[in-house]
Amino acid sequence: MAFINYASKEINCKIVYYGPGLGGKTTNLQFIYNKTSPEARGKMISLATEADRTLFFDFLPLDLGTIRGFTTRFHLYTVPGQVFYDASRKLILKGVDGVVFVADSQELRMEANIESIRNLGENLEENGFDLKTIPYALQFNKRDLPDVLPVDEMYRILNFKREPTFEGIATSGKGVFDTLKSVAKQILIELRKR
Amino acid sequence: MSSQNFVLYEEGFHRLEAALKRLRQDANAKAVFLIDKNGQQIAAAGEVEQFDTTSLASLTAGNVAATDGLAKLIGEREFSVLFHEGQQDHIHISIVAKRAILVVIFDDRSSLGLTRLRVRQANGDLEKIFEAMAQQNKVGPIGGKEASPFSEITDEDIDALFSE
Repeated sequence: MAFINYASKEINCKIVYYGPGLGGKTTNLQFIYNKTSPEARGKMISLATEADRTLFFDFLPLDLGTIRGFTTRFHLYTVPGQVFYDASRKLILKGVDGVVFVADSQELRMEANIESIRNLGENLEENGFDLKTIPYALQFNKRDLPDVLPVDEMYRILNFKREPTFEGIATSGKGVFDTLKSVAKQILIELRKR
Repeated sequence: MSSQNFVLYEEGFHRLEAALKRLRQDANAKAVFLIDKNGQQIAAAGEVEQFDTTSLASLTAGNVAATDGLAKLIGEREFSVLFHEGQQDHIHISIVAKRAILVVIFDDRSSLGLTRLRVRQANGDLEKIFEAMAQQNKVGPIGGKEASPFSEITDEDIDALFSE
């Protein structure tokens, strides 16, 4: 649910990075933060445990410039990926405009990916959204690691609506901005329809 | 996207801002913010420049969402007021018109009792403004229906945003 403010000529949209624990959601946001000019970004907030695992969420506000005189602002959030933080994941999906699913390419994490997509579908539904129709992009992260599943096999398992899909290495930034742009474009195209 | 976008027109914005200014003055507060439950700032008044308002909005919404979750766990509908006491500054958070969060930041020039009283009084005003805004959103802004600025976005407009 985008927030359109005619008084300040701003449009604010919310993108949530979802996926299994240790899949690279926070690393995606950190890379975006590091590569964006200070004028275009706000402070990045990470509510994490002492061991640097996301406890509640990470938050990064991004200014993409103006469109038809309106400043276009995206608020990026991550969810905690660990299974037992499900209550928090549900809360963070409130009012979401688009989702990036960060999948871990390692063969051993494939079940965790599948479970996390199933969980995403359920939690979206509880918030009144439908995974089939919401702006959505898929990232196969950690392509640099050994024991990763081939891309076409991952695509067969995880891609379910021909959503835009990107190979990623979030630590070096590969695929990070392509994934973000893809979901941001889908959100703006949705806005045009309204 | 499932639900309707939240559209704030100038008239509604100015009315909300005026109500917040009044509250800030009456409660002798440092700053007052109105935040959407999804974490977007709607309006503010007072010494706002000393705060990172974007972070404040997002963290407050997270805080309220987590507290709502706690309330449901123990069978309450919601905890309508939250209060955080600091050494110098304190934060009073309350829910307005079911969908917005009112944040009052105050120091020792005010007190919790005064803030609570003034917030309660301001609540009624804010609810009325939200009701009027909801009506207005059904018909568009006063003075004629304004077309969405996004209905005519072209692919080029969107690409230009990402051209860097």
